[in-house]
Formats: sequence, structure tokens, C-alpha cells
Amino acid sequence: MNRIRPFFRWLVLLASLLLAGVYYLPIWSIQLWAPQYPEGLEMLIWINNLSGNVDVINDLNHYIGMGKINIDMFPEFGFMVYVLGFVIFFGVLTFIVNKRFLLYILSGLLVVAAIAALVDFYNWEYYYGHNLNPMAAIIIEGQSYQPPLIGYKVLLNFTALSMPSYGGWILFGSGGSLVFASILEIFKSKREKKSKINV
Amino acid sequence: MKNYINYVAATLAIATLTQCKPKSASQVVTGDAASKVYVAPGKYDEVYNFVSGGFSGQLAVYGLPSARLLRVIPVFSQNPENGWGYSEETKPMLNTSHGFIPWDDLHHVALSQTAGLDDGRWVFVNGNNTPRVARIDLKTFRTAEIIELPNSSGNHSSPFLTENSEYVIAGTRFSTPLDGNNDVAISSYKENFKGTISFIKVDPTSGNMSVPFQVVMPPFNFDLSRAGKGPSHDWFFFSCYNTEQANTLLEVNASQRDKDFVVAINWKKIEEYAKANKGRVTTSKYAHNVYDDKTHSATSTISEGIVQFDAAELKDMIYLIPCPKSPHGCDTDPTGEYIVAGGKLAATIPVFSFSKILKAIEGKQFDTEFAGLPVIKYEAALYGEVPKPGLGPLHTEFDDKGNAYTSMFVSSEVVKWNIKDLKVIDRKPTFYSLGHLMVVGGGTAHPYGKYLVAYNKITKDRYLPTGPELSQSAQLFDISGEKMEMLSDFPTIGEPHYAQAIEASKIKDGQVRFFKIEDNKHQYATKGEKESKVVRTGNRIDVYATCIRSHFSPDNIEGIQLGDEVYFHVTNLEQDWDVPHGFAIKGANAAELLVMPGETSTLKWTPDRIGVIPFYCTDFCSALHQEMQGYMRVSPKGSSVKLVWSLGDFSSDAPAAAATK
Repeated sequence: MNRIRPFFRWLVLLASLLLAGVYYLPIWSIQLWAPQYPEGLEMLIWINNLSGNVDVINDLNHYIGMGKINIDMFPEFGFMVYVLGFVIFFGVLTFIVNKRFLLYILSGLLVVAAIAALVDFYNWEYYYGHNLNPMAAIIIEGQSYQPPLIGYKVLLNFTALSMPSYGGWILFGSGGSLVFASILEIFKSKREKKSKINV
Repeated sequence: MKNYINYVAATLAIATLTQCKPKSASQVVTGDAASKVYVAPGKYDEVYNFVSGGFSGQLAVYGLPSARLLRVIPVFSQNPENGWGYSEETKPMLNTSHGFIPWDDLHHVALSQTAGLDDGRWVFVNGNNTPRVARIDLKTFRTAEIIELPNSSGNHSSPFLTENSEYVIAGTRFSTPLDGNNDVAISSYKENFKGTISFIKVDPTSGNMSVPFQVVMPPFNFDLSRAGKGPSHDWFFFSCYNTEQANTLLEVNASQRDKDFVVAINWKKIEEYAKANKGRVTTSKYAHNVYDDKTHSATSTISEGIVQFDAAELKDMIYLIPCPKSPHGCDTDPTGEYIVAGGKLAATIPVFSFSKILKAIEGKQFDTEFAGLPVIKYEAALYGEVPKPGLGPLHTEFDDKGNAYTSMFVSSEVVKWNIKDLKVIDRKPTFYSLGHLMVVGGGTAHPYGKYLVAYNKITKDRYLPTGPELSQSAQLFDISGEKMEMLSDFPTIGEPHYAQAIEASKIKDGQVRFFKIEDNKHQYATKGEKESKVVRTGNRIDVYATCIRSHFSPDNIEGIQLGDEVYFHVTNLEQDWDVPHGFAIKGANAAELLVMPGETSTLKWTPDRIGVIPFYCTDFCSALHQEMQGYMRVSPKGSSVKLVWSLGDFSSDAPAAAATK
């Protein structure tokens, strides 16, 4: 007993291996539209990089005194690859060792990492959106423009949309399915204990 | 009472007479023409239409079927609007063996072809007055290259392309004495004057042009031309007039002979002959100007020496075919079998058969010789004549269904006829007096068809009047049905001569949106604000300036002295589509610069007075465009004011340092 049921055990392996895709796909995307940018501008956040129209966005942001976005602003890029590597390793280990408690730890790890990442992202956005140069040509109300954490937000002529990209969806999908598996395993384990007692 | 009756009768008589007048132009358009040319806001046109600007020297680009003017590409004429021919980088493009020339007369348009189809890479155009051929790059819609043609005057029979863009052919309109024997009596025309046909080789990858040789022809006036297609791939056909070889009052003297010639030239054989033989090298000088998208600059090289071959030495390569009275157009149909010539003073349209021409050559069915060239018997080359097509047939294009469309200058109409049975199918008036016409892809082996545009010389009452000088016009026809249907009518720039059109899909996705700043190899490029500076070398001052929304760096300069020559090298640091910056200095004897993102352009300014001189951005670039300006202080010669430059404190980098924590 205390083993993971076979279906979930294979799910653990699949979910863990899928996470490797996060190395090669953008995790988060921020899109911007304005009357002058009908084609939209996009900034993609990868596990250790930024891409998309970052320079163009920087040029536009200077009007309201926002700083220049560059990868040096994200010390997280330095260690996120290792965190993800560890999670994948732990996932494969869970599959091999095949113990329920490892699955619980793995799921917990993913949930904590996801919350930490979102909090970190929010903090950066707060900092970035509240440190506007007072000399800027356009002084906006409250001297703050914090980009949306997730979803739409309108500022001046721009509509911004922040949402997970492919890598982010893999993280949510893998994490979600592992949490789901954990919950079902917990129920099953409880039932097993009960039946043991009954016997 | 009797008077009254007379009065009524007279009025009735006049009213009856009025009704005999021809139909008015407004009665021509019928049905749902409007919906066929309506391109909704935000939607694109179906084809690009490249229309020669005639005496404007430029090339207009329209979208069809809307007929919206998309752009005017400066080619042979200075264009103050974007600094073409005014900036230091583009001045060499207008250089010739005669020096800098600010204007020319652009008549004909030839899209580059691969396997007989328009490939959308380049468009070639001719400069008529000071003979030149230009190549326009359709990735940037800019003139990339201009080559001058020596021993040519009135470069009219130009530019015409072979099926794989191997050669651009350029025949001269005026015959003149050739270089080396120029100072002769005009009346010695027949002995001393010559026509030339220049062969311009096109590099298949870069498109770069060179003139490996010219063929020296009898002194005819060469008018228009077409390369063969398919079976006639190796051949070129030229129309020519003034075979009378008159040198005065050509209006009369060049219209005497009953027939002039269509000249058939085997360019493939001449190419081989030119490889095997040396030819005569003349001392002609000609300019070759090339614009480089990496250095954002043009270079002009004056070359000397051109190889010539006499037509008479090119045995079995050049034949003359009699053609009724002063032909203008000389057009090969999509199959390459039929050659249609438009004798502008003739009553019929002769259609020659390529296979019959070959048989006639084989069977030596020659009339006589003319200037050492065999003349094929008219009937031996003729497929048939289109009887009574209209008055003044000029130019013919073809659709995808085996029909031909001929412009009738004198009777001012487009005539549609069938190539096989030579029967007229339809005729529609144009307003007024069309010269060239074009069908989309009409010069290719597989025309796109669908639209025809007639380019007219006279507009008179067509538009709201604008004084004595009126625009010329174009009329768009739907030719998808049996009968042609006029859809719309629009004014053009300059004078439209020939035009070509190509499916938008072949061009629109390959467009350069901006130049990458890291690829900028301009000698005076400034790739960041921190690199901007001002350097004095004697009385020359080089300003390494940048611009980005919405400021110049530097924007305050002191220490310029009267007598200095200031070169303002402006680099646009933007890296996004459609963010050009303009640059203009008060009192500069030049036009503005219009600098595309990633590009460097130079304005030369010679200060003429002491004081503080402003400069500013002329292209509304952002909400703070009106703030994009600067000052230069000009002091007397020998002044002790130091050369200093600056840009105010706020830089877009400032808060970034804070944000990195």
C-alpha cells in the first residue's frame, strides 16, 4: 500500500516530462493594443529571458516615466531554471519510487512555486508601476500604472492583457493535474485506512 | 402670332439638333460599378498598379480596383518631400555623365519576370530624356539602381524584359551620330546617324545591371518593344518609324512610306556572338548609380567604354518585317506566337505569326535588303489583319482568354478583339485619347486579366476644373465578361504612359518594415544617444545626431562659425514600423530629410548668417512631436565660442537604474 494507483503514477511521469517544455516555451505574455498599434505589441516572459517588442514598449513607456524593461531587472532568471529542473527531477523520482507522500510533496512544491511566482510577478509590477520618473512628459493620475497581473486593464490609449502563454499553461496543467491526483489519492488512502480498520 | 410660331419651331429645331450629339460621358457607367471598385476601410486592394509618371519623372503606385494612390516612388526627379536627390546619400543617384540632373521623363514600366510570370522582385523604368534605366526594389519601394545608356537619345523603346529577366532592352528613339564621330552636319543623317539597342544584363540574384554591349542599327526611331514568350523566347520585337530617315519636320517626312518596320532580333544568338567576338569599344562615358540598403548611401561610378556590334555583321540574327505606317506598340501575346503591331496612322492592325516568320526566314522569303538587313515579305510573316478596328491603334495587351485589347488614340476607345479569328468583340470609349492601356499581368505568359486600365492624355471636362493645367487620367474597366464595363475614372500624377499591375499577394508580405540598426553600415551612423557628438575638421563640421520619439541628440550646438560647412548626419534610432522622423534647418538651401527607422541620412547646411538657428522634426512622430526641436548657434569666423553640444538631462534611461533595485 501507499503506492500511487498506476494511472496517476504514469500521469506524474507525463506531467513532469511535459514540464521540460517550459524551457522552450514562453511562460507569460503581456499584450498591448492601441489605436496606433492595431497589430498589437507583445512582451513574452520566458524562464530566463524576455522577448517580443520590448524595445518598442520601452520607447512608449518613457512618455509616462516608466523605466526600461530589461532582463537585469529579473534576478529570478538566474535560478528559475534550477527550480524547474528540481521539480522535474522530483517528479521522475516520484514515478520511480512510487510513494504517495512523494506525490503530495511534489504537488505542494508546485502550488507553493506557482503562488510564489505570481506574488513575485505582482511585486515586480507594483514596483515597476509605482516608480515613475516625475520629470516625465505625461504625468498620470496617482503617478502609478501597474500592469495587470492577469486579465485586461486600460491605461490612456493602451489596453493591456496579461495571461499565461504556452509554458504557463503547461505549468498550470501539470500542476493542476498533480494536485487533482493528490486529492484523489488522499481520498483513496483514507478509504483504505477505514477498510483496514473495518477488517 | 406668326412670330411666336416661328420662335417655337426654331427652338424645337435646336432641341432636335442637340439630341444628335454623341452620348455624354456620364452615360457610360452602368449597373453596380460602384460596388466593384469599393474597397472597404481597412481592406486591401487586389493588385498593385505601377503607373509611369511621365514628365514628373516618378513612378506612381495605385491600388486596384479602388484606384487609391498608395505612393509616389521618386526615381529620376528630386523629391523634396523625402529628401530624394537632396540628401548627401541620394544625390549620387541622379548623377550622369552630364553631372547632376534633377529631372527626367519616365515612360515605361517593366516588372521583373521569372518563367514568363511577374515575380514581384523589381520594377524597371526608363528615363527618356537623359537615357537611363532604373531598377526599383519592391521590398523597399525605393530606387535601388540607375544606369545611364551612352549613344542613346530619347530612351523610349525601353525598358523591356526577357522572360527570365536575363536582359533589359533599351532602344533609342533619336538616332544620332555615335561617340567618336559626333561633330557632323545634321543633314548628313543618312550617313552618320545611327540607332542603338542597348543590352542591359540583370544579375539574377542581386538585380544589378550592366551594359555588356550595344547593337548599332540603321537610323530609325525605335518606339516600343516586347520580348518573345515560350516558342519565341529567344527573340525580341521592336517597332520603329522614320524609316524614311528624315532629320527635319518628321511629322510629315517620317510619315511618307506606306510601311515602316517591325524589327525581329534573336537576342540569344547575339548574346552568343557577343561572347565569341570582341566588337568595337567606344570611348562613351556613362554613370552607374547604386543605392545600398546597408550603408544607406548611393555611389555613382562613371564608366568608360562600351562594346558595340553593327547590325549588318549580325547575320541571321536581325530581320525587318514591313508594318503599316509608323507602328507604336509591338506586343507578343501570352502564347508567344502572335506579334501585334499598332500602326498609329494605319487603318488595320497587323498580326504577325512567329512560326510564319521562322518559315519565311528558312525559305528566304525576303523582299529586299534595307541597310544590309533582310526584309521579310509582309504576307510571309502576316497571320492576318484586324479590319477596321478604329483610328490610331497604339498599344495592345492580352487577357487570359485569348483576347486582345488595343488602345485607339484618335478614336479614343478601347477595342477588344479575338486573336484567333481577328474579329472585333467590343469597343468602349475613353475620356479622352488614351495612349497605353494595361491588363493585370497583360505582358506575361499567363495574364491575370479581370481589370484593364486606359491611360488618357486629355481630361478637359472630366473633373472639377483647375485652371489651364489639368491632370491626366486613367479609366478602369472590368474585362471579366464578354463586354467591357467601365468602373471608374481617376486623375493621375504627371502623365501616365505605360503601366503594369501585379497581384498584391506577390509583393505585400515581403515588405521591409524598418532597417535594423545593428545592420547600419553608414560611415556616420550613430547607434545610441551616448555616441552622438560634433566633430570639427577644418571648416567642416560633422554632427553625429540621433532621433527618437521625441528628441534629437544633441539638440543644442554652439561653436559653429560662419564659413563652416555643416553635415548633419541624422540616425533614426526607432526600431518599429512607420516611425520616420523628419529633419529641417531654417534657411538650409535643400529639402528636408525624412529618415526611416534604423537609417542614417545627411543634410548639408552652409550657415549664411550669425545667430541662433532652429531645427525640428517635420514628421508628426508622437504626441510630443511639436517639442522635437533644437538650436544651433552660429558665431563669426574666428570666434572664441567653443564647440559644445548637449541634450537636456532627462533621458529615457534614467528611471531604469532605479528599477534594477
